[in-house]
Amino acid sequence: MASWGEASESRLIGKRINRLSGKDKVTGKAKYTFDINRPGMLYGRILRSEVAHATVMGVDTSEAEALPGVKAVIPLIEIGNKLRYQGQEIAAVAAETDDIAKDAIRLIHVDLEELPHVVTEADAMAEGAPQIREDWAGNQSEPNIREDGDLEAGFAEAAVEVEATYSTAVQTHVCLETHGHVVEWEDEQNLTVWASTQGVFGVRNDFAQHFELPANQVRVITEHMGGGFGSKFGPGIEGRAAAELSRITGKAVKLMLTRKSEHLVAGNRPSMTQNVRAGATRDGRLIAYDMKGHGTGGISSGAGFQAPYVYHVPNLRTERVNVAVNAGNQRAMRAPGHPQASFAMDSLMDELAEKLGMNPLEFRRINDANEVRQAQYTLGAQEIGWHRRNSVPGSGTGVKKRGIGVGSGLWGGGGGRGTEARVTINADGTVEAVTGTQDIGTGVRTVIAIIVAEELGLNTTDIMVKVGDSGPGLPSGGSGGSQTTPSVAPVIKTAAAAAKQKLFERIAPMLEAPIDDLRVGTGTIYVVSDRTKTITWEQATGQLGMESISEGGHWDEELRQNGAAGTQFAEVEVDTETGAVRAIKIVAVQDCGLAINRLTTESQINGGVIMGLGQALLEERFMDPYTGRMLNANLEDYKVPGTLEIPEIKSIVFDTHRRVTGVGEPPCIPTPGAIANAVYNAIGVRIRELPITPDRVLTALAEKKA
Amino acid sequence: MSDKEKKQGTSISRRSFLKGVGTGTVAATVVPSVLIGSENAAEAQAGDAISTATIQLNINEKMYEVEVEARTTLLTVLRDGMDTSGNNVDLTGAKLICDRGECGGCTVMVDGKSVYACMMLAIDAQGKKITTVEGLANGDDLHPVQEAFIKHDALMCGFCTPGFVVSSAALLNENKQPTLEEIKTGLSGNTCRCGTYPFIFDAVKTASRKM
Repeated sequence: MASWGEASESRLIGKRINRLSGKDKVTGKAKYTFDINRPGMLYGRILRSEVAHATVMGVDTSEAEALPGVKAVIPLIEIGNKLRYQGQEIAAVAAETDDIAKDAIRLIHVDLEELPHVVTEADAMAEGAPQIREDWAGNQSEPNIREDGDLEAGFAEAAVEVEATYSTAVQTHVCLETHGHVVEWEDEQNLTVWASTQGVFGVRNDFAQHFELPANQVRVITEHMGGGFGSKFGPGIEGRAAAELSRITGKAVKLMLTRKSEHLVAGNRPSMTQNVRAGATRDGRLIAYDMKGHGTGGISSGAGFQAPYVYHVPNLRTERVNVAVNAGNQRAMRAPGHPQASFAMDSLMDELAEKLGMNPLEFRRINDANEVRQAQYTLGAQEIGWHRRNSVPGSGTGVKKRGIGVGSGLWGGGGGRGTEARVTINADGTVEAVTGTQDIGTGVRTVIAIIVAEELGLNTTDIMVKVGDSGPGLPSGGSGGSQTTPSVAPVIKTAAAAAKQKLFERIAPMLEAPIDDLRVGTGTIYVVSDRTKTITWEQATGQLGMESISEGGHWDEELRQNGAAGTQFAEVEVDTETGAVRAIKIVAVQDCGLAINRLTTESQINGGVIMGLGQALLEERFMDPYTGRMLNANLEDYKVPGTLEIPEIKSIVFDTHRRVTGVGEPPCIPTPGAIANAVYNAIGVRIRELPITPDRVLTALAEKKA
Repeated sequence: MSDKEKKQGTSISRRSFLKGVGTGTVAATVVPSVLIGSENAAEAQAGDAISTATIQLNINEKMYEVEVEARTTLLTVLRDGMDTSGNNVDLTGAKLICDRGECGGCTVMVDGKSVYACMMLAIDAQGKKITTVEGLANGDDLHPVQEAFIKHDALMCGFCTPGFVVSSAALLNENKQPTLEEIKTGLSGNTCRCGTYPFIFDAVKTASRKM
């Protein structure tokens, strides 16, 4: 049975290893899709709708085509079709410079017949609202209903009840490298695409299908990628437009979205509203849960969330609908549905605990069946100083009040089949590891090097890792669901082990030892029963002569595991005069099984916490009901966490077992709930709406006074 | 220096440049976005060839002669520019992220101070010493900030990293031993979406001890 071995046996696995791409990234040498400059390359731009709902009556591109430097203009919507949100694509141009392309799209004349729009959920659900999706009466999907146990009996048994509404805003991904591609046709049958994507092979297959080409005649390259967070899978309309412009002009075309478009059309995390009534028994058991909720993923569906979350309730009824609005479609965003679910549930848990007069942590312990999280509660409470919290919420003195709160999360991240990889040992001693996954910033390139180097007794810098290229024809899945490392690691490990075995077979006769007696040292191979028989790695590979060893790997269930529990504790300070909430410290206790690289795992936990902090305190898409436009489609008015918002973060890699579990998403889940509970503990007024902005805090404080 | 270079000189000011180009073109570049998409832009553009000028820029201690429009930013020259001999400038370390001075992804040093290259017109960068992230290292010897960023894993996707590296180096030029609060304030003009900040703070601390 394959295993990763004991921690004491590991030389590299589980240690803090520097990223292989570090030097290229700090020197500016790393080339992202946005940085690719091809000979004779043209720049693409897209004309987008500035209205939220309209029928396209005509598009006149003649003036744009006549502008010097413009090489092609293509329509992206048919006359008579409807535009259903601001930002929707109308036409695309390719020009010699980006500035000319920008001028050209201004010269495209569009005749529109405007239709009534709704851009907020309240407006969409109001009686008499214009129906914007033909298949959804009242702009709402068929309800998703779940029932378990006996709700009435549950409430009859409850000693306390809480009835409350929790809601979260739409958040956008804000990938710093906007979505986009550089596309170049080698000839009519061969296409090369540099793509800012989380799924090299998915993009390859999409282009191949779209242009009816054999898949291996499309090569997709993503050497480095500037953030995706779930929003960068297919090529999108912009990718196909770039390829079409390139095909027409016979030139390479770079088409990257603008910052504004990135907010409007490149995905978002749906909103959530839960109207909950829940009850608990006197001894602290959750007993009944009744929830009616909704969310919007724009004009599309996909605004799902789990309710209840993490904690078990025996008697429940939940009813959830999607609400359509005239706004860009949602896409998966880091742990889709989970942070908002966690925020609502953990807020509810605290409210119930208070009614019971119970310590919120104790109340969680009673209702949480997850053993890992039970242990995390103890560790986290110790790290944050749980005893320091206000036993009476809001009882602190002074203008600035501090409080402490807790939140919980659970994710899968167990990986899956579908990765092919090769590990090659060359006669000159060099080693290559190749697979079609992509490093979206999580550090999988380095993870691969660690695994191969550990198996072969080498250093990470000895391993040439090639990822982010469909050219070698070794597929791997998209980087979603925290699946990259757990999917790739078993295949890489078995490939490296197979290559090592082949090398042992070649050198065993020379060492006059049975193959099973050979072991790798550090840069050496030796006979375990006779350590005088030791040769260097180069002496060993020298035996290969003109050949090399190249082995594939396979999926192995035993090397990975599903299920990543997390708990976070937050301490905040609320300025009761300005309403500003400042996070002071966040302790994140995160299970991720075997952390192959502890350093980059810590980076990911930090990153998750910070994204969760943004959702808790800052991020909100504002839609203007009158014009139907997004009011803050830039980086000044849509606020993501900056240096000044960053608290002390204690990221704890919580070791549980020695199987690999992905950790990209789960650390962002418990943060908003922990922060919201800390705010309540500080001021004694509960904010049930994210983000917890100064206006919401001041309004809540004023309502309490009144 | 070639004859051509001598003739062009480096003294074209923004004002004289703007005078030199057709008013139609200038109008087009300053049309407020609310008017765009109508006849205004068309009127301004129709038939006008866009005027350009040749300027010289000192980037990473190398002179580049480039042809620019009035509206061409320093960032456009670095990333997309071509010198008059037809070679790409290709200094793509500085990134175009927000395109309006909100995120710091395009930060470069101009005469030792950090500047958003997306907010500086190329013609305004004449006669100044421009250092991009590519020019920070001394050959194979990385700048202490670069070393420290690698050591502390102060990067994930790495797209904001060049901006942070340059801003950090500029900060340490002015304040050799910044406190944590001073580091946060000094780097508050840069944005990271992966959430690398805590390790960036650590890296700047480490670098400050080595400088």
